[in-house]
Formats: sequence, C-alpha cells, structure tokens
Amino acid sequence: MMKKILAKGYLWLLLALLYSPILIIMIFSFTEAKVLGNWTGFSTKLYSSLFSGGMHHSLMNAIWNTFVIALLAATISTALGSIAAIGIFNLRSKARAVMNFTNNIPIMNPDIITGVSLFLLFVSFGISQGFTTVVLAHIAFCTPYVVLSVMPRLRKMNPNIYEAALDLGATPFQALRKVILPEILPGMISGFILAFTLSIDDFAVTIFTIGNEGLETLSTYIYADARKGGLTPELRPLSTIIFVTVLVLLIVINKRAEKQQKE
Amino acid sequence: MRRRNWSLPYALFLLVFVVIPLLLIVLYAFTDEEGAFTMSNFRKFLMHPEAMNTFIYSIGIAIITTIVCLLLGYPAAYILSQKHYNTSKTMVVLFILPMWVNILIRTLATVALFDFLQLPLGEGALVFGMVYNFLPFMIYPIYNTLQKMDQSLIEAAQDLGANPLKVFSKVILPLSSPGVISGIVMVFMPTVSTFAIAELLTMNNIKLFGTTVQENIYNGMWNYGAALSLIMLLLIGIMSLFTNDEDNAQNESGGVI
Repeated sequence: MMKKILAKGYLWLLLALLYSPILIIMIFSFTEAKVLGNWTGFSTKLYSSLFSGGMHHSLMNAIWNTFVIALLAATISTALGSIAAIGIFNLRSKARAVMNFTNNIPIMNPDIITGVSLFLLFVSFGISQGFTTVVLAHIAFCTPYVVLSVMPRLRKMNPNIYEAALDLGATPFQALRKVILPEILPGMISGFILAFTLSIDDFAVTIFTIGNEGLETLSTYIYADARKGGLTPELRPLSTIIFVTVLVLLIVINKRAEKQQKE
Repeated sequence: MRRRNWSLPYALFLLVFVVIPLLLIVLYAFTDEEGAFTMSNFRKFLMHPEAMNTFIYSIGIAIITTIVCLLLGYPAAYILSQKHYNTSKTMVVLFILPMWVNILIRTLATVALFDFLQLPLGEGALVFGMVYNFLPFMIYPIYNTLQKMDQSLIEAAQDLGANPLKVFSKVILPLSSPGVISGIVMVFMPTVSTFAIAELLTMNNIKLFGTTVQENIYNGMWNYGAALSLIMLLLIGIMSLFTNDEDNAQNESGGVI
C-alpha cells in the first residue's frame, strides 16, 4: 500500500514538474500585465486583443501562414504518402527495404540537418526561398510519417479482397476506391493529423528554408520576439490555445488508435 | 499500371528532397567557395578552439541531460507499465503530451518558470529546460518495452529465491535494455543538435553546437557550416549504430501515440 502511494506520488510529482511551466503561462494568460509573473487581476483582455488585430497584425499573419502551410503540407503529404505506401507495400523485398530505409532517413535525422541540407539544395539550384520552399520542406519531413501510419493498415488487410474485387469485374481504379481506400483511411487520417501537428510545431527546418523576404510562421515569430528580449504578452493566450488544441487532438488520435487495436 | 509503380513518385521525391540534399552537405563540406576539393573546412574546425569547445560542451550537456532523463524517466516508465499500480492509459498520454507543444513555447515556459521562482538563468536552467523538453522521449520507449515484458519471468525469478534487487538487476533491467538504448538515443540526439534553445534558457550566455552550425550557414559560410553539420551527422550516426532493429519493429506496429 505504502509502495503504491509512493509510486503514484512520484508520477504526480514528475507530471507537476513537466506541466508547471505550461501552467504558469496558462495562468498568466488571464491577466493583463506586460511582464510575466506580475498578477494584476483577472482579465481576458489578452485573448480579445489577440484576435482584434491592429498592432498584432504581424502575429496574426504568422498564425495564418503557419496554418496554411500546415494544411497544404499535411494534405499533400497524406496524398503522396498514401500512394507511396501502396506502392512500397507491393514492391519486391529488396526494393522495399531500400525505400523503407530512405523513408526513415528524415525521421532519424535531427531537424537541423534536414534544415541545412534543404537550405543547401535550394541555394545550389538558385531557388529563392519563401512560402513554396517551406511547404516543400514540410512535405519532405511529414510524408515519411504518413507512410509509416498507412503501412500497418495495408499489412493487416486481406490481400485477397482486392483480387476478389478484380475477379468480380471491378476496374483497378474501382477496386482501389471501394476496397483499398476504406481499409487504409484510418491510417491516412492519423497520418494527416500527425503531419499537421508536426508542421505546425516545426521550427528548425522552417528557419532554414523560409528565406528573408519577411515571411513569418508562428515559430519564427516567437523566435524573433524572444531574441528581442520582451515576449509579446499575447503569446500567452496563444500558447494556451495551442496547448489545449493539441491536447484535444491527441486524445482524439489516441482514442482512435485504441479502438483500432481493439478491432 | 502495376501498383508497385505507385512508389515511383515518392522515390523521385525522396531522391530530390532527402538523398541529394544530404549529398550536398558532403559536397559542400569538402569543397571551398570556388568548388575545389579541400579539407580546410575540417582543419578550420580543429584549429578553432571556440568551435571545438562548443562541440565538446554540447556533448557534455547532452550526456548530463541524458543521464538525468534516464534517472527520472526509468522509474516513471516502470510504474506506468506495472498493472498493479493501475495507472491509466491517460496517464501515459499525459507524459507524452508535452512533446507535442512547440519547443520554443516549452522553452519560453521554462524561462517563465525560472523568472517566476526568481531563479537565475544559466547552466541549471539549461539542463532543466533540456530535461523538461526531452524527458518524454526517454519515458516512452522504456515504457513500451517494459509493457511488453513477460511478467511470468519476474515471478519465476522471485519463486527461485531472488531478492527484489536481484530481480531488477538480473531480469527487469536486461529485458528493458532495448527501450533504454533507444531512449538514450532519442534524448541525446535532439539535445546535442538543438539550436536557439540554449540561448533562450541562458540569456545568450551559453551557446551550443547547433547554434554554431546555424550561425555559419546564416552568415554565408556554407562550406564551413556544411562541414560542421557533417561532423554532427557523424556523431549522431555513431550514436544510432547502437539502436537495433527492434525499435523499427515497434514503429511499424504504428498508431498509438
């Protein structure tokens, strides 16, 4: 009994440690003070001024860019990754091993190496950096995760159903749409959500590929802001919103995955 | 069209956006600005005490962070994996969750905590911030292997008269070593390669190797920056040799966060 209380206590202590910084940001998002740590009474002013635009126009812009980039990158990598997964799954074992190995490189590589390597790619070919290069870079590091989340669905699928559909007169396209797609859809959705969160979260790859024409994502905005010393107070409510969103998204993914496993 | 050909677009994509960029790092690292072969980038690194010191210091910080994460994370992973403590699945998610919050926000949150508690920002804050950022990467793989461990092996050891310490050192620890190894790699690699984080945590007083790489690339020293990246890549390559295929098997089961 004593052991159990100690064990649980340890877990809670560790969780408290892990969450205390984020909690402090959350608590101080409900006060107006410019400096974090000063409590000047409860207020939701920071939340309203975050959305009212005006002087924080550049912050709103950065949020918008982050969102558009993530949506584009996640959509394209889900399409590319799902098609690739079907292809890789049907490859002969040697070619499949090569593809799987290459697919794992961006996952294993530290972000900074991915960033530097893509930076060198773009400058070597004289491609000017901006929105397009960021989206391409994000697709490059997101797609491998989509492939990894679609692959197990393909492996679990009964290969005979596809053949059966063909035998029963379906065209290959119909068989794909009616048989394979429904089977891999859960993997595609998980892959999409994963790609979306990875893209939103990225800092290291973005900063190397964003160029210097004034384009900002949330990460680069925060970075520039923090380097100037003072942190825009509106980042507190923003972090809170992001944290809660990620929390909800993760619980959804996890519930889905648990359900899948039970099936 | 045969379905295996569906991997072609992605194969092409990987070639352009993964393989060629990595080859470019090697190419830039071994050439000078005119494109002629040279070793001078590496010589410059070896002769430059500041870069060298930053490199060694970064490895040191990464080692300390990894050890602290292991000491804090192993017991947590163990408790989470034991059924008789009835920790819920949500508890596991709670430990993994901070991993999904923007690393800059997490870092600034750490700075905020230190400010709030009026603690000085410096080496202590740096290690705390790194541990805070990367602890989930240690807990998760260890939890995974411990959870799959056959409980009857522990019971057998107990029945055969092993004391708790013996059970741990002779049964549990060896069986969980794949998780420990991948946890070590997963903490060490991002710690040694971060940039910008250390500056924020120490008010620009401490610089890590990742920042040296970034600064050189930013200031147009592409060849030297590429050489530094290659050195980092080698360090990480050596580290990842220790991981075995068991982690890949774990990845492939996919799905659950």
